[in-house]
Amino acid sequence: MRRSQVALAAAGTTLALALAACGGGSTGTESSPGATGSPGGASQPAAAAEDKFNAGIDNVFNPSDAKGGTLKMAVSEDWDSIDPGDTYYGMSWNLSRIYARPLVTYKPAPGKQGQELVPDLAEALGVPSDDAKTWTYKLRAGLKFEDGTPITSKDVKYAVLRSLDKTVLVNGPTYFNDFLDLPKDFKSVYKTPDVKTDQAIETPDDQTIIFHLKKAFGGFDYFAALPATAPVPQAKDTGAKYREHPIASGPYMFETVEAGKQYVLVRNPNWDQATDPIRKALPDRYEISLGVNADDLDNRLISGDLHVDVAGTGLQPAALGRVAGDEALKARTDNPTATRTWYTSIIPDVPPFDNVECRKAVLFAADRDALQNAYGGAIGGEIATSLMPPGLAGWKKIELYPTSGSGDVEKAKAALAACGKPEGFETNISYRADRPKEKATAEAIQQALAKVGIKVNPKGYPTGDYFRLYAGKPDFVKKNGIGLAVNGWGADWNTGFGFMSQIVDSRTIRESGGNYNLSIKDKEIDGLIDQSLGETDANKVAEYWAKIDQIVMERAYVLPGVYSKGLPMRGKGVTNVFVSGAWDMYDYLNMGVQQ
Amino acid sequence: MSAPLDVPGSATEATPEAVAQLSSAKAIQGRSLGQIAWMRLKRDKVAIAGGIVIVLLILIALFAPLIVSWFGHPPNEFHKDQLDPFTLPIGGTGISSEFLFGVEPGNGRDIFSRVLYGSRISLLIAFFATVLSVIIGTVMGVIAGYFGGWVDTVISRIMDVFLAFPLLVFAIALVGVLGQFEQELKIQGDTLRIGLLIFVIGFFSWPYIARIIRGQTLSLREREFVDAARSLGARGPYILFREILPNLIAPILIYATLLIPTNVLFEAALSFLGVGVQAPTATWGGMLADAVRRYNMWHFMFFPGMAIFITVLAFNLFGDGLRDALDPKSSR
Repeated sequence: MRRSQVALAAAGTTLALALAACGGGSTGTESSPGATGSPGGASQPAAAAEDKFNAGIDNVFNPSDAKGGTLKMAVSEDWDSIDPGDTYYGMSWNLSRIYARPLVTYKPAPGKQGQELVPDLAEALGVPSDDAKTWTYKLRAGLKFEDGTPITSKDVKYAVLRSLDKTVLVNGPTYFNDFLDLPKDFKSVYKTPDVKTDQAIETPDDQTIIFHLKKAFGGFDYFAALPATAPVPQAKDTGAKYREHPIASGPYMFETVEAGKQYVLVRNPNWDQATDPIRKALPDRYEISLGVNADDLDNRLISGDLHVDVAGTGLQPAALGRVAGDEALKARTDNPTATRTWYTSIIPDVPPFDNVECRKAVLFAADRDALQNAYGGAIGGEIATSLMPPGLAGWKKIELYPTSGSGDVEKAKAALAACGKPEGFETNISYRADRPKEKATAEAIQQALAKVGIKVNPKGYPTGDYFRLYAGKPDFVKKNGIGLAVNGWGADWNTGFGFMSQIVDSRTIRESGGNYNLSIKDKEIDGLIDQSLGETDANKVAEYWAKIDQIVMERAYVLPGVYSKGLPMRGKGVTNVFVSGAWDMYDYLNMGVQQ
Repeated sequence: MSAPLDVPGSATEATPEAVAQLSSAKAIQGRSLGQIAWMRLKRDKVAIAGGIVIVLLILIALFAPLIVSWFGHPPNEFHKDQLDPFTLPIGGTGISSEFLFGVEPGNGRDIFSRVLYGSRISLLIAFFATVLSVIIGTVMGVIAGYFGGWVDTVISRIMDVFLAFPLLVFAIALVGVLGQFEQELKIQGDTLRIGLLIFVIGFFSWPYIARIIRGQTLSLREREFVDAARSLGARGPYILFREILPNLIAPILIYATLLIPTNVLFEAALSFLGVGVQAPTATWGGMLADAVRRYNMWHFMFFPGMAIFITVLAFNLFGDGLRDALDPKSSR
């Protein structure tokens, strides 16, 4: 669940708004609007090529099928890994699809259409059987790796199995570990290579792959869309070193891999357009620079020297200052909302927050405008009314507490009285010290709560260990009286499960630390989660998550801050730019560059 | 003809006057040293200007709440009305008669008030850290210089170790680690942080003073007046406190004055790196750290930056002047 970390690392010292990357076209008008630009073959509403604010939100900006050129990308933060089985960054999940094809993936289309799953390596989406405990996929014919060897279902099976070893490939999510029906004596493909794993994944022939789960899960196609399902040839796997040259199954392959400096990708001669209905493969070459100073990156993006900020989290504060005063620059930006919520956990383990009225007092007293300003105002985030972001199915606006303005002092005082603390009390608020927006959030909460007599002491802790040693460690939280903890969460994919499962389920809380669920321990919520897992009707599943969201707010477990937004800029001369609803950043699958 | 005659003439005239001045100076001994130094200092316009600025800074720090109540707003108060939809200050800086130095982007806090309140933290920490290092440094320096032998060797080696320490890195680690022990230390928030910073900065800069004091003590203890006292039967403590220490006051004063600006900078550096006094308490270094992300918003960085610059410059100029006045032989 750390797609969050994308923004995390970046937000670290500098950044922050939200999520959404960059790329983008601008000046070009060569390709006539309305030409077959739209990816995935979906017919698009009049695709724009004129610079306009939010032109890349629900349309394909500057659509084109012109091939050639070099797409220059850059990123300021560290990149966990380009190994598809070892990465948890959203930008990486998005970009990896140009060289590694998963079983299924998200349709390269703007907005909501982009949340739709389409088959990639597979001929069709997964076929469930045995009450959604068994899932079958059939691979397309004629697939080849970059060296010309054919891709078989065994390569996909191997790729998934290797990704289970979190001691070697430490970064990725653990969904397969949690759901696959693995034999007891299987440790990892590296340690126990001879153990039969057919009870978990079967490959009856070279085209067919069958997954067996230990519990029903109706949303398995989302697992199949994880980059870890991109095939890896066992003969070429070098464990943790595979990231030095992942073997391509997509239209591009690595020419240069210099960790921390740059990646260069060139065309993969063994990729066949006939096997791939969703990719256009427009540029001849991708050049990705790493470790670029974030402000410098923005300036180069503005000047046209760079095409895409891979991180997808939007411009830095300094560049925002420039954009704010310049209509021409503003016209090159988009302002998408991400499925990420920045919120403050109100921790019932720490008295007096064991009393729901004291928790409610915080929600009534909070200054919603100031919390929004902490994330840069309206362009940095939309005032959140609940934990679950509006991009997810089933979301409802929950108006139990003030949703704008400077808080309701009367109601907060009434709640305090009901809690038996009419004079207020003292507590601590933790935040990640090197994240200016979280610091601003803590300061805003301190100011607002002071008005009703709640004295809040802000405490900054290191970002790297925030969940492992500090706010995410129940012992530490209780001992240090941390009643409030600023944090945030982004969806792994855009469903209730993809967003909520790691942050509301009390059974994910481990005493040893490393928890992302800081404050929600509620038997009723746990029960609802279990009921939702066995459900295959998407609408009913969404209702369960909406119900959970409602309970979280009724019982005041979190103070929602903002639904994150970013202000990414479209690079000069980039074609097929749009914000995908799957990534909430520019979709990298079909970007091109004008010559 | 006239010239050769004139020159010796004036020279002979000058001699008795100088002797007379000297002898009269001797007549009022004890006080004269200070008086002479004060006269020299008064002639040094630059040093006096530095001194005046220092006095002003101290007054500002002491009366910050009063000044802010007249010309500013509480330092942590948010002013949303001063921000545009991008949460940037209206008009670029927000400077107005209400907000003399403008407002911070994001929350609209009054920069004027924050700079003033920041001076309290900076001066408080710099001053007490200096006192701490002067006390430790003087004691260690005198002991090393006076007793010599293995005592000197041990203390000198300790000083070498301290001087070789990667101070900033260590300070960051120490403040970071100790800052987590609020429960154990029974002190909270700002008090804890200020105490820690005073300790860390003071404790690690004493060797600079100790070295100088040691050298001075070494030369002083071989001087005739010390020998005389010793031959008259004076013992260790008497010689130390009555004969040697009074002669060390000048170097102690000079280096203390010069250490303060170093400590101001050190405190600012630690705050800049995020291990100083914690938000939302205003510190100059912390304000700079916030401002760096907004480097194109000049006022945000300018005012706290200038505050640090002026403080450090004033103390340095005054310290230099003081050194010239107290110890005119020291070469510039």
